[in-house]
Amino acid sequence: MPTMTYLQAISDAMREEMRADERVFLMGEDIGVFGGAFKVTDGFIDEFGPKRVMDTPLAESAIVGCAIGAAVEGMRPIAEMQFSDFVSCGFDQLVNVAGKTYYRMGLSVNITVRLPSGGGFSGGPFHSQNPEAWFMHAPGLKIVAPSTAEDAKGLLISAVRDPNPVLFMEHKHLYRRIKGDVPTGTYETPFSARVAREGTDLTVITYGAMVHTALEATADLDGASVEVLDLRSLVPLDEEAILRSVRKTSKVVIVDEANQTCAAGAQVAAIIAEKGWEDLDGPVVRVATPDVPIPFSPTLEQAVLPQVDDVREACRELLEY
Amino acid sequence: MATKTVGAEAPGAVSEHLTPDDRVALLRYMLLMRAIEERAMNLYRQGKVPGSFYDGFGQEAVSVGSAFAMSAQDRLCVLHRDLGAHLVRGVTPARILGQYMGRDGGVTGGRDGNVHFGDYRVGCVGMVSMLPDMMLVATGMAMAFKLRGEQRCAITWFGDGSTSRGDFHEAMNWAGVQKLPVIFVLENNQYAYSTPLDQQFAVNPIERAAAYGFPGVSVDGNDPEAMFEATRVARERAIAGDGPTLIEAVTMRMHGHAAHDDMKYVPVEKVEEWRRKDPIDRQEKRLEALGVDTAAVREEVKALIDEAVERGLQSPMPDGNTVTHGLFADEPSLLEDGNAPWSGFKGA
Repeated sequence: MPTMTYLQAISDAMREEMRADERVFLMGEDIGVFGGAFKVTDGFIDEFGPKRVMDTPLAESAIVGCAIGAAVEGMRPIAEMQFSDFVSCGFDQLVNVAGKTYYRMGLSVNITVRLPSGGGFSGGPFHSQNPEAWFMHAPGLKIVAPSTAEDAKGLLISAVRDPNPVLFMEHKHLYRRIKGDVPTGTYETPFSARVAREGTDLTVITYGAMVHTALEATADLDGASVEVLDLRSLVPLDEEAILRSVRKTSKVVIVDEANQTCAAGAQVAAIIAEKGWEDLDGPVVRVATPDVPIPFSPTLEQAVLPQVDDVREACRELLEY
Repeated sequence: MATKTVGAEAPGAVSEHLTPDDRVALLRYMLLMRAIEERAMNLYRQGKVPGSFYDGFGQEAVSVGSAFAMSAQDRLCVLHRDLGAHLVRGVTPARILGQYMGRDGGVTGGRDGNVHFGDYRVGCVGMVSMLPDMMLVATGMAMAFKLRGEQRCAITWFGDGSTSRGDFHEAMNWAGVQKLPVIFVLENNQYAYSTPLDQQFAVNPIERAAAYGFPGVSVDGNDPEAMFEATRVARERAIAGDGPTLIEAVTMRMHGHAAHDDMKYVPVEKVEEWRRKDPIDRQEKRLEALGVDTAAVREEVKALIDEAVERGLQSPMPDGNTVTHGLFADEPSLLEDGNAPWSGFKGA
């Protein structure tokens, strides 16, 4: 099994699906000749040509809207937002057209929107956001957020094949930092949670880049056995896996890189409060980015994004409860 | 790229591509649209249509004439005053009346109301209220046609108010850059809710087409034959690979924005002036000059609608227990072909 970076695994997923299915094509800003702002589509235009690796005008609403139009005509577009932050300009098409068309009229909208998201490298307030919760609140959109190279490939292939609109949150800070074994060929990863590490004393529930923060924070925590649950999919949210882990450990820390109010983790906390109350041995603890824009300067950014020490401290306190 | 005006007051056929039967069909679809909307307004007043009620009284020629020029394999994104397009494609009046009443047998099964529907089985995508979002969806369809090398065309309708939003620009620009087979019909009905044209734009938007690299054509929107002909020409251009066309259909919204709106902001003389240009009256006069028994067409339409109202009323209300079903698709569904009644497509 070849070893790939998270970024290479995303590229590999698209390359394999494009080779296997001529309905699949890519659209986005600077993805063709330039190969994408992060080089995810580097070399694609040479193999697939400019029609299937389409450089678009700088117009996010049009990228989403045209992807919808192509999809209902039988294509399988993968649309790239250059940065997830710019999806705010395509919000209306996603929320009002893509998310509601099947429910209203029975017409499925098979689009995948790739959203390079997250902070950690001084991207500032407009290149660092984690906008997934905006869309969790909008019915009709599926949302996945891989943390490993293997899942990045499998979830992206599943997204492309899913007949519904799927937002694929790919964390920029994992692109070249994370490597792993990735199966060759095409395979689908289910939209469900994954136990990143088994444990019995406490569970950290998180997704995306924070999975790695959680693993590092709890690798050696005074001998405690800490489970890390990687949600992988936010819509649908794997309620069963969440409650199973709560039953097992009875203590939960939820970590979000997103701003804390109404973040994905808030929904996880609500599910546990409603359905896992009897299994708890302590309060549900949340670690998340405070409700401020993501600042530019490294000292400020590190002060808002959850760090390894923040997660470790939260776990330690809860273990002592 | 010069802007030109087609359309005529002449009683003769505006388009040499319309047979006498085609011309009667145009009248029949307009009568159907008006009859359905008049009956639906009555049902609204009786409390049988929930929410509000929107119609296209006086604008029937715009959707009927332009949809009539589209082939079975073409695709349509239809606006709320364009019921005629749904009728041309083959949606039955009973399903439309069921739609207004929020019934299970309506096109959306009660999940959306009024003309917020599109039957994908006849190649239509229903609009959303954020106008003109569907300009982009139509542009995307046209993109798919071009990617696959198909000789097909997409069409969408939007109002004068829609020209102020960004999606108008994004769609016009994208379609121009990629030279896509799409027809944009700007339905200029003089008011966006209560806002008149001079508060909507400083330049007639038809002039903007040139700035996006394709022609703009201003058409008498109260003449179904002129609308047909302009759309036919735009479609020919599109499938020949020459790119989009912006058609401005100049018309008038003869009723309020919705049932609650008494339209006091519109001068009475203006309404009177446009009443004399009623598209149905005009088409009837033309056909009567040809010896067509238009009263018989009216009778036929009335009988059809009487029956459709009954069927619509017999359709049950949707079951509240199903409301969370069908948010996500298990299997893909795709747009299918619709009716294309124009004689030019027969035997095609």
